[in-house]
Amino acid sequence: MAAGDSVPRNQRRRVVVTGMGVISPVGNDVESFWKSIAEGRSGIGHITRFDASAMRTRIAGEVKGYDPEDYFDRKDVRRLDRISQFFMIAAREAMSQAGIAYDPDDEAAARSGVVFGGGFGGMESFTEEIRTLDRRGPDRVSPTGIPKIIINMSAGLVSIEHNLLGPVTCVVTACSASANAIGDAAEIIRRGAADMMLAGGSEATITDYGIAGFAQARALSSRNDEPERACRPFDADRDGFVMGEGGGALVLEERDRALARGATILAEVLGYGMSADAYHITLPRPGGTGAARAMKAAMADAGIDPSEVSYINAHGTSTEANDATETAAIKLALGENAYRVPVSSTKSMTGHVLGGAGAVEAVASILALERSLIPPTINLEKPDPECDLDYVPNQAREFSGDFAMSNSFGFGGHNVTLVFGSSRVGKK
Amino acid sequence: MDRVEIEARLRDVLVSELGLDADKINTAANFEQDLDVDSLGVVELLMAMEDEFGVKIPDDEAEHIHTVGEAIELVHTKLNA
Repeated sequence: MAAGDSVPRNQRRRVVVTGMGVISPVGNDVESFWKSIAEGRSGIGHITRFDASAMRTRIAGEVKGYDPEDYFDRKDVRRLDRISQFFMIAAREAMSQAGIAYDPDDEAAARSGVVFGGGFGGMESFTEEIRTLDRRGPDRVSPTGIPKIIINMSAGLVSIEHNLLGPVTCVVTACSASANAIGDAAEIIRRGAADMMLAGGSEATITDYGIAGFAQARALSSRNDEPERACRPFDADRDGFVMGEGGGALVLEERDRALARGATILAEVLGYGMSADAYHITLPRPGGTGAARAMKAAMADAGIDPSEVSYINAHGTSTEANDATETAAIKLALGENAYRVPVSSTKSMTGHVLGGAGAVEAVASILALERSLIPPTINLEKPDPECDLDYVPNQAREFSGDFAMSNSFGFGGHNVTLVFGSSRVGKK
Repeated sequence: MDRVEIEARLRDVLVSELGLDADKINTAANFEQDLDVDSLGVVELLMAMEDEFGVKIPDDEAEHIHTVGEAIELVHTKLNA
């Protein structure tokens, strides 16, 4: 069943959020992440993870103060690429908040699963293994390289750690991957194939190849002298995105089950819309008709009207192409309401977590509803004339509203929109 | 190289390269049962031994290594052959 033409909302199984986790360039758990984005703090700095002196771009949003051995046994760290570490850490926080811990023989464990979304998989490990192959030959390649590199392993590892024995899968749609993961996981619960899903994603591509590859595509900002001002979505002087890293995870549950076990409902997953640009490998279709279709499909799935949308967490990458096109798309999808709805890009602070961005921004969107505060778009000093909506510039803003929309678009022309309802909606 | 030196160097490799628990390593320890080394870990162990001692361990010889003591003995035999 496709999102957008599903069973009417009042006749289908409802999906609520009962746990959240995040690790990001602005904070390694939900509370520190929220504090940073509410204060409008940038997580962008000079690259420290490798020698970037020869690179066109030498800035990124790295996860800070992070030692994997604070989270994993030393023996295990060697077998976990950074992408999986991030997803496992976010998943632990979400499971802990939801208060869910299964034994392998629990019946509920068999009705629980994982959908992970990411763009690349273990890029750092893949790069290392290929270098070993070239320099030292095939019999020096690590036997644990393949399981570290394959992208679905992040889902597998979380299922192993938490005894999630039901549907466990993985979506790979570039920068919309973890938004797809959340939407697909909600669909799995809606159609009755599971009652609980751990959904989200992560990315860890601040490597020499990751930076060089995107820099050569001229997708990255090269404002190397002012890292904290480099990511400036919707600003006339934006010059590309800034790479971030990290991940996010949500615990999704069938609503009746969540209520029956007395779980705290944080939000409801109301709508999921998808579309394709079918236009170019990296550029969005001019005019934003593709992205607009995803937003409309998500609103239809949620059963809400444009007049009810209270906040949009934009894809807002700070690239020339995205920000103007997304603005046009919001106008197409919301009509005159586009000028009323506050829109912000939390990427202005976190950088672009690529495949993990949708999950990180789902957490930001839900927190915004929960705490009645919209995190700002920082570095918006001189708006691009083509970007003429209310982007909540530079300062968080108090608001009241029940419906947040989150956009995620990916290379390949993928457009994904999620609609979240507040806990007030979820409890109704 | 005598067995004492081989054991000391092997112990360092097991801890630094394989992340094994130093307290559990003794000559009688079985890699799979006592040190929690799985099938992928066995390959890592052989590669680490080859790098550390500059020896070649073909698969048919590797099959006979189950304990730390057997690993030391194999390296000792190869180095003194």
